[in-house]
Amino acid sequence: MSDPSVSALIAEETQSGVPSRSLWSEAFRTLRRRPDVILATIVAVFFLLVALFPFLFTSKDPQRCDIAESRLPPQWFGGEHPFGTNAYGCDVLAQLVHGTRPSLLLAFIVVGVSVLIGVTLGTVSGYYLGIVDAVVSRIVEVFLVIPLLLAALLLLSLFRNIDLGDGPVSTIAQPAIVLTMFAWMGYTRYVRASVLETKNLDYVTAARVLGASDLRIMVRHVLPNAIGTVTALVPTAIAAVIGTEAVLAFLGIGVRPPAVSWGIMIEEGSQWFTGGSEYLLLFPLGCLMATVLAFVVIGDNLRDALDPKLK
Amino acid sequence: MTSTDVVLEVRDLAKFYPVRRGIVLKRHVGEVKAVDGVSLSLRRGKTLGLVGESGSGKSTLAKVLVGIEKPTRGQILVDGEDVSNLGRAERRELRRHIQMVFQDPYTSLNPRMSVGEIVGEAYAIHPDAVPAGGKAKAVRELLDRVGLNPDHIHRYPHQFSGGQRQRIGIARALAVRPKILLCDEPVSALDVSIQGQVINLLEELQDDLGLSYLFIAHDLSIVRHIADEVAVMYLGRLVESGTDAEVYEVPSHPYTRALMSAVPVPDPSLRDQRREIVLEGDMPSPVDPPQGCHFHTRCWLAPLMESRVDPAGSQSRSIPTICRTESPKLGALESPDHLAACHFADDVSAH
Repeated sequence: MSDPSVSALIAEETQSGVPSRSLWSEAFRTLRRRPDVILATIVAVFFLLVALFPFLFTSKDPQRCDIAESRLPPQWFGGEHPFGTNAYGCDVLAQLVHGTRPSLLLAFIVVGVSVLIGVTLGTVSGYYLGIVDAVVSRIVEVFLVIPLLLAALLLLSLFRNIDLGDGPVSTIAQPAIVLTMFAWMGYTRYVRASVLETKNLDYVTAARVLGASDLRIMVRHVLPNAIGTVTALVPTAIAAVIGTEAVLAFLGIGVRPPAVSWGIMIEEGSQWFTGGSEYLLLFPLGCLMATVLAFVVIGDNLRDALDPKLK
Repeated sequence: MTSTDVVLEVRDLAKFYPVRRGIVLKRHVGEVKAVDGVSLSLRRGKTLGLVGESGSGKSTLAKVLVGIEKPTRGQILVDGEDVSNLGRAERRELRRHIQMVFQDPYTSLNPRMSVGEIVGEAYAIHPDAVPAGGKAKAVRELLDRVGLNPDHIHRYPHQFSGGQRQRIGIARALAVRPKILLCDEPVSALDVSIQGQVINLLEELQDDLGLSYLFIAHDLSIVRHIADEVAVMYLGRLVESGTDAEVYEVPSHPYTRALMSAVPVPDPSLRDQRREIVLEGDMPSPVDPPQGCHFHTRCWLAPLMESRVDPAGSQSRSIPTICRTESPKLGALESPDHLAACHFADDVSAH
């Protein structure tokens, strides 16, 4: 409090006419001043743009490959294949660019759906407790003790012969379903814990004294105050799903060729790592690590900025 | 006292919480008797102060009265109508009659809602309570009424001080135009300088709107200042009730005597004259309250009485049999409204 700029801020805030500053805008003010967050945001936004508008970054079709041009080394930005070609003569840059979308799309779908499931189940079980809570908590525990990779391997190999088509969503549908099945428990637990904490506060009692319905209390009073911890988990979770997708693709059970994803490229590139074509592994691995790192940095800082105990 | 004078009457109200043990087969092993047979009445336009130490059941009584908890036994009559066993829709209606002001102004306002939303929520829940002129106008009037700037309607709770927040809480409670305001330690979390302002506001509102207050507190001087009648609770039961003058001047229960003797005396020369009664030990567990008089385990009077009742029994500092076996009824003393639950009520002031 001795910092003059802090006391000036406080003085400014207590004066009339200053717009209200919520927990979120406070968090953004903190984040804006951190160079690592700015850098991570730039990286994340760049890859989001690549995923949304791949044609801005390459004019080549990743599926049109000329076996005669197999394993050309990177020619950088002077040549026809800036990042070279792979074993089948496909353009590496085009594959990287078009491989971004399945990886990111999968991550957003998995995290989005599991947050939705987690928030709903967590709120309901934390609010009503009793039998609802007992059932939800036991299911959470069952899913938590099953190792993700074992279950994913089993499920994805069982259903590997089912072809869902070639669309951008259908190629990732199977891994998305399996990853979602094993990603919702964390959010359920977090939300349940914060709901338990929030629902006994006086303003919830006040709403109940006024005669507010359970739904109103949950949506207007409990959830907005309980969801903060979960939002901070989201970027880190996105990073984790991108990584897991690569693992599944590497094991040959995630997104499958001819669709391209970073995981598939890593798997293919790993076979040529010692043959002088290490760039086939390093380019997709670099993209993967940059994206994961960017989301992890954002997530970590967001969690710190939103945590009132660290202020 | 005619019956129309009484706006809220509580008859033999009890609230027990079951104690269960075991994970799957939850065995019923006992009950927490938080409130055990409380009867009291609140007159229209008056204030009833409810005092007692923590754990005496004051807050549970409040929760039952505002309809958050269902009573285990007993009746609650609002304007002579029994409201303790109503259906859902009727209970909503009842909630418009009794509203609550909370202790902690920092947890009683939703930090994500603006003042306008907090005060106006009552109208979203009870659309028929919106006065002519619309919701926005009503909220502004309420803020003005409790002494806040109506232009601050878009501000958030964290931009206000503790006293201002408590005013917002009062405005929220008043939105549905209740008859009874239940104040659960409304000033104990505030600075002393602010306490006076909020108390004055409550008194002003009572005069203007004809509200009746049930004022729960442990600060005895504030209760004395604001209350017309006082009820003292110990371990889920009323031990004494009466007008504030009666209870404060002639405390007739040993527990009330002990409470009153702990009130600070501002005059240093008088301070030496009074005898402070210090109770020993803690309040017994409400799961397993003492037999007979609940207070006999800590009573300072009972050992003195023993020698008189049973001069033959030479053991000093033992408790009269009647205190250990028989639960004293709230009995009238010199005036019909001054009640105390002690077998030796007449002897309390003598010692």
